[in-house]
Amino acid sequence: MSVLVNKNSNIIVQGFTGSEGTFHAGQMIDYGTNVVGGVTPGKGGQEHLGKPVFNTVAEAVEKAAADTSIIFVPPAFAADAIMESADAGIKVIICITEGIPTADMVKVKAYIADKDTRLVGPNCPGVITPDEAKVGIMPGFIFKKGKVGIVSKSGTLTYEAADQVVKQGFGITTAIGIGGDPIIGTTTKEAVEMLMNDDETEAIVMIGEIGGNLEAEAAQWIKADGNRKPVVGFIAGQTAPAGRTMGHAGAIVGGADDTAQAKMEILAANGVHVVSSPAKIGEMVAKVLK
Amino acid sequence: MNLHEYQGKEILNSFGVRIQRGIVASTPAEAVEAAKKLTEDTGTGWHVIKAQVHAGGRGKGGGVKLAKNLDEVQSISDDILGMMLITPQTSAEGKLVNQVLVAEDVYYPGDEEPDEYYMSVLLNRATGKNMIMYSTEGGMDIETVAEETPHLIFTEEVDPLLGLMPFQARKVAFNLGLSGVAFKEMTKFVSALYTAYIKSDSSMFEINPVLKTSDSKIMAVDAKVSLDENALYRHKDYAAMRDLREENPIEVEAKAAGLNYVDLDGNVGCMVNGAGLAMGTMDLIKESGGEPANFLDVGGTADAARVETAFGIILKDPNVKAILVNIFGGIVRCDRVAQGVVDAYQSMGDKITVPIICRLQGTNAVEAKELIDNSGMEIISATEFQEAADKVAEVLGA
Repeated sequence: MSVLVNKNSNIIVQGFTGSEGTFHAGQMIDYGTNVVGGVTPGKGGQEHLGKPVFNTVAEAVEKAAADTSIIFVPPAFAADAIMESADAGIKVIICITEGIPTADMVKVKAYIADKDTRLVGPNCPGVITPDEAKVGIMPGFIFKKGKVGIVSKSGTLTYEAADQVVKQGFGITTAIGIGGDPIIGTTTKEAVEMLMNDDETEAIVMIGEIGGNLEAEAAQWIKADGNRKPVVGFIAGQTAPAGRTMGHAGAIVGGADDTAQAKMEILAANGVHVVSSPAKIGEMVAKVLK
Repeated sequence: MNLHEYQGKEILNSFGVRIQRGIVASTPAEAVEAAKKLTEDTGTGWHVIKAQVHAGGRGKGGGVKLAKNLDEVQSISDDILGMMLITPQTSAEGKLVNQVLVAEDVYYPGDEEPDEYYMSVLLNRATGKNMIMYSTEGGMDIETVAEETPHLIFTEEVDPLLGLMPFQARKVAFNLGLSGVAFKEMTKFVSALYTAYIKSDSSMFEINPVLKTSDSKIMAVDAKVSLDENALYRHKDYAAMRDLREENPIEVEAKAAGLNYVDLDGNVGCMVNGAGLAMGTMDLIKESGGEPANFLDVGGTADAARVETAFGIILKDPNVKAILVNIFGGIVRCDRVAQGVVDAYQSMGDKITVPIICRLQGTNAVEAKELIDNSGMEIISATEFQEAADKVAEVLGA
């Protein structure tokens, strides 16, 4: 089945006519993704990349039956864009934008809590279901169709993992980049749960990093759920010093429980197949699928 | 972005949070003038001289001292200014003190004994809501309190859409065991503190200690304020508070060039695209027997100019014995990055004194490897992640 996005998703691009939006929407369309239009306030009625432009998300929902949105809006306006989508009834909102003020995301999280919508990101590479839909900025050709699901906080590390999995002769059901910010819409545990409940997914790769407790929470859920499918885990940042931000705003080592070592121990204790080297992700996937 | 105590207090004061008043000074003479002015304004007899550096535990390192007259203000400021202050949070060399805060003495005798509390405002990442964390155990290291007497730490989570409610402020004051004038003062203090946190787009406030004076005033004696860098565009005045002297000069230079760089202690430099892969690369360097010398995310565009800047920054560290370039090309094509590396190598010439291992994977990886192998440069190419690690190990062993 795959999760979150597939060939039937009706996708709109918020920030469609900007330079980022134009470039990546073009790549998505080339990949064969079902982009039904875009939203740029004030440019409604125009056509861009051969697709209609709408003034509001509500209009895109009404006229193009949009149910999924990808956001390339600049950081100062991205929180508003997410809330607009949630208000218009979009079911899956994928926010690529990096650098949104945390205070804005605190409001977004509260605003969408009782809406029937799922936010992925922000500050993430997006979601891809190979051969069906690329809703993100990842290089599509790396992701071959298969039976391994990927959940990751990091963009390039997701590509690395997918590449290794494919080189071992396997493929990907859906790869979900959840993002590296302190506040994100979909947690590691929620993404893992979706893949655990997906019929086509037979194994899951979970890539985390220092900071927070998302991976620990996911690992505890995996065990409580009965370790139904093998999960391969890697935590980036074993060599990161405490108290420093490593690129992703969420990747600060705070207390004793969110170091890479502590997380790896929690993962292993809950039956996750932990690799200490990021070069061994593919090998471990091959091992657990044999 | 971290601020000095005096800057954090300025922000708090601007939102009506009562603070221990003070004036910042860069020379002993300025400190004496500041002390005189402070006595005029506040009536304080004694003064507290506080080193202004971005590190906690300043008192333990001798950076906070009481001066009982102007001669002592002069001599203590003279001692502290220019010293390398070593605290539990600094490196072994310590931090150079460029400024002192001359502050009023707020522990004056009166009807009641002064009392100290702890209070911070920060994001609870697990719930996505801000919270106030507070304790009756003020003036102590909060990590120690959390370990030894966790029941003395309270938290109050705030609804993002409603803000801090009056009953929550009262709860804080009750839990701290206050009554009468001090109770009312505390509810005002907590409300103002939360407003300041929200309005300033801060990522953390830590006020330790919060003081109840002998005449029942509640005030911030210290202030550790961290601002959300992503929100600085809304606060140009706060952005100007950045004190570059407190930051690593190489990191400042990297930032100006648009590179995300963190200086570390190891012997293998690295240049990577993407924060997660950069951390993963650091981990792999460790696995292959080296220690990462830095974290460096070049971001989406790795052209010759950027690669050259990155190499220049990495090579400033004399401990670097090898450089590992690890790029996973997606939208960025590997052959263009390879060209950037070759061009940078050519233009830097003799300045490159250590082996460079270049691993390029993803879009046009094959072309990239050919380009490097045929360049005539002493660049070791690799395509697989493990292969790159093995080559690092080889170079370190040789």
